[in-house]
Parts: sequence; structure tokens; C-alpha cells
Amino acid sequence: MSATILEMKNITKVFPGVIALDQVNIRVAQGEIHALVGENGAGKSTLMKVLSGVYPHGTYTGDILFQGTPCEFKDIRSSEDLGIVIIHQELALSPHLSISENIFLGNEQARFGVIDWNKTTELTRGLLAKVGLSELPNTKISSIGVGKQQLVEIAKALSKQVKLLILDEPTAALNDNDSENLLQLLLELKRQGITSILISHKLNETAKVADSITILRDGKTIETLDVKKDSVTEDRIIKGMVGRDMTHRFPERTPQIGEVMFEVKNWNVFHPEYEGRQIIFDANLNVRKGEVVGLAGLMGAGRTEFAMSVFGRAYGKHITGTIIKNGKELKLHNVAQAIDAGIAYSTEDRKQLGLILIDDIQHNTTLAALRKVSNGVVVNENQEIIEAEQLRKSMNTKCSSLKQKTVNLSVGNQQKVVLSKWIFSGPDLLILDEPTRGIDVGAKYEIYTIINRLASEGKSVLLISSELPEILGLCDRIYVVSEGRFTGQLSRAEATQEKVMKLMLQGKGN
Amino acid sequence: METIARLFRDNIRQYGMVLALLLIGGFFQIMTGGILLNPLNVTNLVLQNSYILILAIGMLLVIVAFQIDLSVGSIAAFIGALSGVMMVTLALPFWLSMIVILIFGAILGSWQAYWIAYVRIPAFIVTLAGQLLFRGLTYVTLQGQSIGPFPAEFQLISSGFLPDFFGGQGIHITTVLLGIVASIAIIWSEFSKRAALKKYGFERLSMTLTILKLIVLVGSLNAFTLVLAAYKGIPNVLILLTALILVYTFIANKTIAGRHIYALGGNEKAAGLSGVKTKKVLFWVFVNMGVLSALSGMVFAARLNAATPKAGVGFELDAIAACFIGGASVSGGIGTIFGAMVGAMVMGVLNNGMSLMGVGIDWQQAIKGLVLLFAVAFDVFSKSKG
Repeated sequence: MSATILEMKNITKVFPGVIALDQVNIRVAQGEIHALVGENGAGKSTLMKVLSGVYPHGTYTGDILFQGTPCEFKDIRSSEDLGIVIIHQELALSPHLSISENIFLGNEQARFGVIDWNKTTELTRGLLAKVGLSELPNTKISSIGVGKQQLVEIAKALSKQVKLLILDEPTAALNDNDSENLLQLLLELKRQGITSILISHKLNETAKVADSITILRDGKTIETLDVKKDSVTEDRIIKGMVGRDMTHRFPERTPQIGEVMFEVKNWNVFHPEYEGRQIIFDANLNVRKGEVVGLAGLMGAGRTEFAMSVFGRAYGKHITGTIIKNGKELKLHNVAQAIDAGIAYSTEDRKQLGLILIDDIQHNTTLAALRKVSNGVVVNENQEIIEAEQLRKSMNTKCSSLKQKTVNLSVGNQQKVVLSKWIFSGPDLLILDEPTRGIDVGAKYEIYTIINRLASEGKSVLLISSELPEILGLCDRIYVVSEGRFTGQLSRAEATQEKVMKLMLQGKGN
Repeated sequence: METIARLFRDNIRQYGMVLALLLIGGFFQIMTGGILLNPLNVTNLVLQNSYILILAIGMLLVIVAFQIDLSVGSIAAFIGALSGVMMVTLALPFWLSMIVILIFGAILGSWQAYWIAYVRIPAFIVTLAGQLLFRGLTYVTLQGQSIGPFPAEFQLISSGFLPDFFGGQGIHITTVLLGIVASIAIIWSEFSKRAALKKYGFERLSMTLTILKLIVLVGSLNAFTLVLAAYKGIPNVLILLTALILVYTFIANKTIAGRHIYALGGNEKAAGLSGVKTKKVLFWVFVNMGVLSALSGMVFAARLNAATPKAGVGFELDAIAACFIGGASVSGGIGTIFGAMVGAMVMGVLNNGMSLMGVGIDWQQAIKGLVLLFAVAFDVFSKSKG
């Protein structure tokens, strides 16, 4: 076996209320391509942030050995100095600058503070040749495609004398051709002696280029597979990714499912900014009265975009398709109409999109349906307090008073305020987008209880979640989305983690 | 004691500014040998600041919505010019002119509102352009000349006083009576509010504190009316102002529209996803600003008794400063009409007191600048502590 370039030992990283990494171990050999796989939230990105110094030494426990020496990185700069470079999923390029300016951003080729542009251009040419780009160094970043931008990122990494290159989902936004190019480049870099860590959801490409694969699950290292020795198939990887014990418990519910209440037919959505980029393709979905329906998919599969586009066109352009509620077609042009029609959408991004953080619980609770505590113009504050207090009690929101600002609540209680808001609006259909993200186990159980209660009251719930056990434990029926397409529908009886995962990955080149 | 401490902590910015106003007032009262609070000067304080106070009401809503309006001074000037043309040059009846001009203010407001709310051009740019545009149009309209004098009825807006129905000698009896009536109204509303809170079993202030609060409130109100009564009584413009403050405080605190403005400024995206029609709300906030700018422009023209091309220069900055001194948040979503009024009065008393002391306009500017900076710094500081 070849020499070890990197070893991370017993890495534990705790966020308030959550253990993100629990005694994680990973060993990367010199000159290999090492893949890191796992579900959303398994801890891959956190681990890489620990490695690259985004989470500085002291905020985690455990040891990092790079080329045999222990490292204590205090920031990204100190890990880059050793040749560890991370390329994030969201590219960190400045769109209005040229390729060469971007490559040497923060590392300018200057003498006495004056940039030597000739040297910069010459060096850029060499780097671009290495990654197989024929663009001129002074081309603007915004004028080249995502695939080429990715290559510029790699060229930038090469300019820093990279020894260990970390790529977080590099092919997620690329088409098949660009993906293939990128993978070939990784193999080429490997021949030049550069080690890479590849985080990817695309298991087929992982199996193709990786020499070994480490699987993370729930913040723990499950196993490391040697691609040459073990006979690694995609099914084998999936099994490692999902094969956990059901540690979460879900409250019992006897489903009382009625007629089809809500239907979406032939739904197509395009990206609001990139003209011609389709996000949702011909989606069909229905939800019955009293039913909890799950919407499973990987991050970026289009679940949130689908939900928001249905919710009064809060997302997307050129939306086509029909929405039918109780047999009647709905024409929804804005969020207010959607709320009036009895639809509620609780966002995955509580802080940015869900709450007015500088305002109090009371005002946040009633914001979506102020009309219910007013005569149409003037708000009856006494009635408002009564309604908000009632919801606070039934949701068991812990706070000093209704006048407490939501910014000072814990995430679990913030989520309860968001749910209160939507329950107060009196919807027939609640779309809950990642209602338990970032929430500790105890509060999760409370949220599950609330979901069950809503269903038993005859409301319909559409649950979007990245946690498969949650989907399997709560839902009567599951739709799976992959790359903007609905790839399948499973009943509670037939759904297993493996089946859902397979559908989630479908279209990812499989 | 604990409740008082909490009350103070929760409202530190508001109480702090009232306290600052009292301190500044006390300081100048001593330094000017009692001139600051003599009846004539108090009346003058109201008259001098009325147009800024009117602008500050509209500006507060703009700032709460996380926007800015730099054009209000120019709009006020342009409106003054139009008043001059309509009432003096064309000799139209003053009431007809006033109605037309208010509508015109709404049109100017909606012109800017359209670019800001629907085309999404930053308010800073749109209203900076408006500042230039409307100032230019003022010069065009007036051709560099002043127009005046205005009809007597129109002048009364700014220079008239409420007549004394009781014919008091040396003291304006109606003013004193109005002070007493307002006091009774305040006491009645406070107790009926308490009764409602009790009925619903909500948390309320202790009786002692309530009475203390009422004594301070009613005491200062009557002191104010008594001082006014010793001169000519209540100026007409104060009645207008009081009505505006009451109506806009009500809108801001008690109506759906008001809630939507605060929600929009607090978090535009979250408000939008809660069904607030953010563009529409933004649009109307600027239309409203246009109307209040028009009103302010007329009050100023009436006070000056002339429409001049230089009217309203720098008004926007005074109005903006008033809002921030009065506790409005620089990042939107927080602020009260009352606070903005206190902020405007802080600036007004500083101006007036320094003028009385013979401090030159140069130093006045410099000191006002520092007051604005320290007031907002105090806000930032108390927030990071809290």
C-alpha cells in the first residue's frame, strides 16, 4: 500500500444540539482519488470544512495528520499553505473579473504592490493548458459556462501548488459531456501525483474514477471500500449509505384517508433567471384528505422549487400546468391567492424566508392571515393575542412571552412559530419543507406529533424531507423527485430506504 | 422596581431620546436665560418645525419599509411653486388649489413609487434623480423668481391660530380647555385599555406605574397648552400635526396596512411568502410620502408667504435624521411615529437653542451632525449589549 497523505482521526464536531461528526476516521493514500459518499446531512461537508480550516482547530476534537505531521489549521489560508484546496459546490468565482484575475485573486503576482500583468497572463496560460481550456486569460468568467468555470476553479487550485484537491459535488451542475471532461481531468491530475477527495451523489461516476470510497452516515464513518479489491457495486454503496437502525421514533397514527383533495397536473417550471433552463418537468401529484404525502429527493432535485411554484408562483418563470382542489381548477397568480385558496407553504429556510426575526412571536403568528383577527382594515389586538396564545400553547412553544422576538428563540421553537403561522391561516393543504432541519431529537418528535395531528384533523400534508427515515416513518405515500422529474411513487407498504434511494438517484446517469 | 427596569430596557431608545430632549431643552433653557420656553418661542418652535415634522411622518414609514427618500425637499419646493402659480398667478380659489396640489403630490409620489416598487430601481437612485428633477422643475416653473404673496386664507395654515371662543384676556381659554379635554381623553383611553387587558387576563402595568405614567403625560401636555395659551393659543398647524400624528400612529400600529409595512421592512422575502403584496405596499408608502411632501411644501410656502426656488433645500436630510435619532432602525422594520417626532424636536430645539445663543449656522450644522452620529451609535451599542 502506498504512503498516506492524509489521516483524520476521531474527528468529533458538535453544533448546539446536534452531533454533526461523531468519531470520524478517514485515511487517504498518496496519489489516489478518494470518494466520500453519504446522504444529505451525513456530515461530508462538515468533515471537509474541518479539514480545510473553515472550522478552525479547537472547535472540534480529534487529530489531522497531513503528510505525517499533525496540523492545527486556524483558517482556510493555513490549510492552503500546505496545499489543501477545497472547491465548493457553489463556485467562488467573481463573475465580472477575467479568468486570470480570478485565478490569482488573493494571490496576485505583484512586486511592491503593483501587479505584473504579463507574468499573470503567462502563468494563467500554462494553468489553462493543464486543465484543457483554450479560453484567453482575459475572458470574463460570466461569459463561460458552468463546466468551464469548474475547470477554472481547478486551475486556481493548481496555481496554489495543490497537493490534496477536495471537490464538493463538482458535477452536480454539469451536463454529461462536461462531467466526463472533468472526470478525465481528475484522472490526469492523478497521474501527475495530485491526490483528490471527491464528494459526489453520482454513484456511477464515483465507482468509475475512485480508488477507494469512504461512506459516512449520521456523522459516523461506516466503512471504507477498496474499489480494486472489494467488488463495489452501486447497490453495495447504497446499502452502506442507508443501512442504519431506525434510531428515531415516530408517533403512531391511524390514517383516515379521504377523497383526492389536491392535484397538480403536467407541471413545468423554468428557472427565474437563466432563460430556458427547465427546473421541473411534467410533474404530476395528488394528495388526499387526511393524507401525509412525502416528497423525497436529493438536494437540488427540485422539491423546494416545485412546492414554491405551486404556492402562488413564488418561484420560477413560464409555469404551465393545472392545480385542482376539490375538483375545481385553481388559478393562482400570487402568494395571497394561494393562502386564500387554503394552501400553506412552510419554508426550509426559516431565518431568511420564514420569520421576521426582529419581530415578536405574536406578529409572526398572525402575519399570513391578519384578516382573521381584524375587520378587514383594523387589527383587533386583543383577539390577536388570544389566538396567538392559543397556538403557542397547543404547539408548546417555549418563550418568555408572546412579545419575545423570534430571533431569540431556539431553532425548534422558531419552527413552531412558523408552523403556528401556517396553521393560523387555516389551510387545507400544508406543504412542509424540511420542517425538522437543524432541530434536535426532542423537538423533532413534537413536530412529528403536530404533523400527525394535522392529518387526523383532515388536513392534507405534503412533506419534503432529506431524511429518509422521516419520510418513511411519517408518510402514507411517497413521491420521489430526481433532477426535476418525478421518478416514482411508492405506497407506505412498498417503500424501503433502498427503493427510495434508487429512485432518488435515477437519472443521475444511471 | 424590576418592571420599571424592564420597561426602561425594552424601550431604552424611545425613553432615551425623550430624556435627551428634556436634557437638551433644560440646557438651553438655562443657557438662554429662560427664553427657550417662553410662550412666544415655544409657539415659534412649533411653527418652525411643522414642515419637517410632517415630512418625518412619511419618512418614518419609508425608513421602516427599508427604503429612503431624498426627493422630499425638492417635491416640497416644486409643490410650493405650483401653489404660487395656481393661487397667485392664476388666482384660483385656495381650497381648490390645495386639493389639486395634494392630488398632484400623490402623482409625483406614484411616479417614483413605480420605478422603485415595480421596476426595482433602488430608492436611493430614484429619489436622488427625483431630487434633481423636481428641483429643476421648480426653477422652470418659477423662472428663478419668487411668487407671492399668497391669499390670506392660505397663509392662515401656517400663521393662524385657533380663535378663542371664550374671549379670554391675556390667556387663551380655549387652548387651556382643549388641554383639559385631551387629558380626560388620555386618562379614559388608558383605563379602558387596562380594563380590556384585565378582561382578557393579559399582562399589564401595575396601577402605581400607570398613574405615574399618566401624571407625567397629562402634566407635560397641560404645561405645553398653558404655555401656548399665554401667547396666542394653539397654532392651526399644530392641529393639523396632531391629527396627522394620531392618524399615522393608528395606521402604523393598528391596521393591516401598517403591519404589512413593518413586515416588509423586517424581512421582505418572508413577508412576500406570507402573502404580503410587497410591491403594492412599497408603492403606496411612496405615494403617501408624495402627499405628505406636498402638504409640507404648502405649509412651508404659507409660512414664508412666497414660493421660492430655494425652498426645501436639505429638508430630506432633516426628516431622515429625525427618524434615525428617534430610534428607527437603519436596516428597516423598526421605528415609531412618536420616536420620529421626538427626533425632529431634538433637532428643532438644538437649532432654536443655538440660534438664541448666537451660535453661527456653521457650528449648528456640525453639532447636528454629531448628534445624529451619536444617537445611532447609541442604538448600535445598546443593541449589542441587549
